[in-house]
Amino acid sequence: MYSEKVMEHFSNPKNAGEIKNPSGVGTVGNPSCGDLMTIYIYVEDEIIKDIKFKTFGCGAAIATSSMITELSKGKPINEALKITKSDVADALDGLPPVKMHCSNLAADALHAAIADYLEKQKINP
Amino acid sequence: MYLDNSATSKIDSEVLNEMMPYLTENFGNSSTPYSLGKISKKAVDEARIKVASLIGANPKEIYFTSGGTESDNIAIKGVAYSLKNKGNHIITSIIEHPAVLETCKYLEKNGFSITYVPVQNDGIINISEVKRAITPSTILITIMHANSEIGTIQPIEEIGKIAKENGIYFHTDAVQSVGKIPVDVDSLNVDLLSMSSHKIHGPKGIGALYIRKGLKISPIIHGGGQEQNIRPGTENVPGIVGFGKACEIAKRDLEKNMVQMTFLRDELIKGVLQNIKESYLNGHPEKRLPNNAHFRFTGIEGESLLLRLNLKGIAVSTGSACSSKSLEPSKVLKSIGLENVDSHGSLRLSLSKDTTLKEVQQVILELVEVVEKLRNISALW
Repeated sequence: MYSEKVMEHFSNPKNAGEIKNPSGVGTVGNPSCGDLMTIYIYVEDEIIKDIKFKTFGCGAAIATSSMITELSKGKPINEALKITKSDVADALDGLPPVKMHCSNLAADALHAAIADYLEKQKINP
Repeated sequence: MYLDNSATSKIDSEVLNEMMPYLTENFGNSSTPYSLGKISKKAVDEARIKVASLIGANPKEIYFTSGGTESDNIAIKGVAYSLKNKGNHIITSIIEHPAVLETCKYLEKNGFSITYVPVQNDGIINISEVKRAITPSTILITIMHANSEIGTIQPIEEIGKIAKENGIYFHTDAVQSVGKIPVDVDSLNVDLLSMSSHKIHGPKGIGALYIRKGLKISPIIHGGGQEQNIRPGTENVPGIVGFGKACEIAKRDLEKNMVQMTFLRDELIKGVLQNIKESYLNGHPEKRLPNNAHFRFTGIEGESLLLRLNLKGIAVSTGSACSSKSLEPSKVLKSIGLENVDSHGSLRLSLSKDTTLKEVQQVILELVEVVEKLRNISALW
């Protein structure tokens, strides 16, 4: 059902965990639907210097969380904002159709973390 | 390590040996009058005796089918069509196998009225709910013997008594219980009972429906006259022979296997609950199949658990919607009062007569490690 890439990221997820003092945090999903993701970012000079995730969910949810951290780490936030769900799925060599919407929330979680960072910047420029 | 025996089980070598001649030289059609056909006919008759013997039935009351799903369909639709002039109401439970639920839904769309009786939090049907559901137009009660997910055993004997007192036919889907616990059609007061071969180390694609003598049902498949016109079609002779042997072995070893599996199941339940915090057993603690342990683990999702265990060479099943084609949480887990988030974190381990204590001890250790790893990265832990 899953590609080798998905299984690789599921088995050995990259950047799992939390950042103590994150620049932004984004949480998406709903545990009653089966998936909940939190992305933590640390931003310096508008670049995502560090990113970590915590995910409750299926194999696809964990793999997409891991992949988004790989895709966005070291990227300027304006570029990270352009990463889509399809980019994440493509980078994982595809996801089963039923998993696209329910488990591929990673881009949304990243965007939510960036939005949180931008919001905090407005409050504490 | 295979711990998904409620899904299917490994074919017994004794069963395979018994089947082999019928897959090779004894390939005759059992409906033919020449010698080769008669060999097949004799084998089918002998198998029918073995199947009947396992459930305390008369061989003439056994009708071979392709498996549990077909048996359920023939039983429910057969009674419904046969008695539609008498009434159109059927009682079933909310936790039935899809083979029963979908058949009932189909009948609902075709003029029948169905009452879906709820279950209590331990997964047991409240008998008073069944009594309350009976109306003058009730023609059939169909309640499973043991649940395929949580392994809970229903009070079939009592429900059967109620059905009998009210002159209502009673069918039970006993696919999960036959061969695992004593099943006797008279003691259970059932009129129709569904069985499947591959759940008891027999081949796939063969099962049987018990229909009590004198009970007339309408066929739902039409064709030749095989299986007393109730289930026409050329007999699956190797499958029938294998099923018969599987029943013979199940009867022979029932007591021994029950004791062994119950011991291992209880070791497994104790080991998991003691070693993994916030782990819980789903379903009734005692009124459950000897081979079924169904857990839920706070903060983790079932498919991830299944995949992690699979990486360690352990095959299990999950209540997680994410592991199936549908994303809906399990109806059974919902019906016993679990929140969706808990349903998603459920896991079924089903043992067999071949499961060893060493395997049980190993799976406990692996579960402890896997649950910890998943909780470490969980947004809910």
